[in-house]
Amino acid sequence: MGLTSKLGELGIVTVKLEDTVNWARTRAMWPMLFGLACCAIEMMSTQASVYDVSRFGMELMRPSPRQSDLMIVAGRVTRKMAPVLRQLYDQMPDPKWVLSMGDCASCGGVFNNYAIVQGVDEIVPVDVYIAGCPPRPEQLIHGIMTLHERVKQERLEDWV
Amino acid sequence: MTDIQETTIWEGDIQQLKGLVSERALAGETMVLNMGPQHPSTHGVLRLMLELDGETIISCVPDVGYLHTGIEKNMESKRYEQSIVMTDRMDYLSPMNNNLVYCLAIEKIAGLDVPERAQVIRVMLAELTRINSHLVWLATHALDIGAMSVFLYCFRERERLLDIFEIVSGQRMMSTYFRPGGIWRDLPAEFFPAVRSFLEDFPRRIEDYERLLTENPIWLDRTQGIGFLSADDAIKLGCSGPVLRGSGVNWDIRKAIPYSGYEQYDFDVPLGVHGDVYDRYLIRMEELRQSLRIIEQALARLPEGPFRSNNRKYVPPPRSELGQSMEAVIHHFKLWTEGFSLPESEVYVRIESPRGELGCFLRSDGGNKPARVHFRTPSFVHLSALPAMAKGYLIADLVGIIGTIDIVLGDCDR
Ligand code: SF4
Repeated sequence: MGLTSKLGELGIVTVKLEDTVNWARTRAMWPMLFGLACCAIEMMSTQASVYDVSRFGMELMRPSPRQSDLMIVAGRVTRKMAPVLRQLYDQMPDPKWVLSMGDCASCGGVFNNYAIVQGVDEIVPVDVYIAGCPPRPEQLIHGIMTLHERVKQERLEDWV
Repeated sequence: MTDIQETTIWEGDIQQLKGLVSERALAGETMVLNMGPQHPSTHGVLRLMLELDGETIISCVPDVGYLHTGIEKNMESKRYEQSIVMTDRMDYLSPMNNNLVYCLAIEKIAGLDVPERAQVIRVMLAELTRINSHLVWLATHALDIGAMSVFLYCFRERERLLDIFEIVSGQRMMSTYFRPGGIWRDLPAEFFPAVRSFLEDFPRRIEDYERLLTENPIWLDRTQGIGFLSADDAIKLGCSGPVLRGSGVNWDIRKAIPYSGYEQYDFDVPLGVHGDVYDRYLIRMEELRQSLRIIEQALARLPEGPFRSNNRKYVPPPRSELGQSMEAVIHHFKLWTEGFSLPESEVYVRIESPRGELGCFLRSDGGNKPARVHFRTPSFVHLSALPAMAKGYLIADLVGIIGTIDIVLGDCDR
């Protein structure tokens, strides 16, 4: 590494284990590749060239819930989709977080009717809500950073 | 936890599938495989049940409804001008086309005139939306087949289109820009340089995509001779748009039943020969170029004048009149409190959306809310053609075949 060759031996740094673990978790959080509706298109924009969410350690979107830490619920959740969503959540290994992207996922949005679950927090615990229909990629990135702040406050025993 | 019914998950008893799969599957000779609803290449929440003999697809049964939003029913409880907002959210890759078909239906019942300037702006934005939608199709289709870089390039160009939509309407995707009788507001001055620079730049970008794909041997192997659909079958299955034209049938609603003044533009309708995935790819690439031609012509002939109708029964007066005319205040008040009512009637109008024939059936009962709205959406019809197209091909080809019909599940399930 360039830094090592410049500084020679770096010596020892003492940090709290908790901080290091949380820092590592925020820097390599793998979201699940899982789109529901219109918001998923904005989620794709966020991954693509202009907004490039890999700047925040999200290089990979994993289509498999078993390999992901973060569920971005991007879009409206219907009553037919809800059990599937819960099953996906249950299949994700701990530690795991949920981001509710868009008005529909957060509270039903404009669709207050028989088909749409009025807020995905009826089914899975949500960590961060993002408003907007659809939220801009900047908003999604802001939501992700808010989640990072939250993860940094976490205690290790919360997950055991 | 709420009253989510567990019955929607299929428990895995093969006997339940009687009638959907062949007898061989019930005897355990072939394999029944579930695909979706969470699968990266089903473009949303499509679920397919596949019956496989080795790697060959024997039958394919789509299961739709995972994104059923109740939009049509919800629109019945909204006033006409409020319900336009809902149409954006059906086919979320081409929101302006959905706005257009709904506005055309309202205008047809009301007998509302649309000024020339609004018509030209509508055509221009509808074609920009077509490019936008085709870019997402190309990006995801190529990504499914394994060409990652195309995805990144397409989304780069798409951002420029979204910027243009944001300039005109203030929103990137859900613009709700078309209104009965015209458009929401006139084009702002920044729109023109943005579109001109896009027009100048984009032909080179199309060449870039084609250089990556059109003669790429992997792309040819994965798309040629796959997903064949004969012209007869395509017509029988109700296909339209690029899927139908890929089989060589010359049917484009912009040419056949022109709306919004499409007869005044000079453009070609590309046709396929073989009816396979590759031909449909070529057609959509050519449509990108033709859309550019239409936009250029529209820009050149954009007339001056009002951007929405002067019929005060349906269209709110401009802000400047409100301070001067009592009548304008009354119209304004009436339109924003109770909306407008349509006479009792029913119509069906259709337009050529990026995916095919998008139709809107609207029945009014004299009130200020629609009595019934139904959308004939191309994705739904094309999904019913999927089993015919997928039969007999390898399971690895299925992602290419799903990509080629260019479905949007929001459009399909509504
Ligand atoms: S919040 Fe808006 S953009 Fe997102 S899924 Fe709902 S309707 Fe679509």
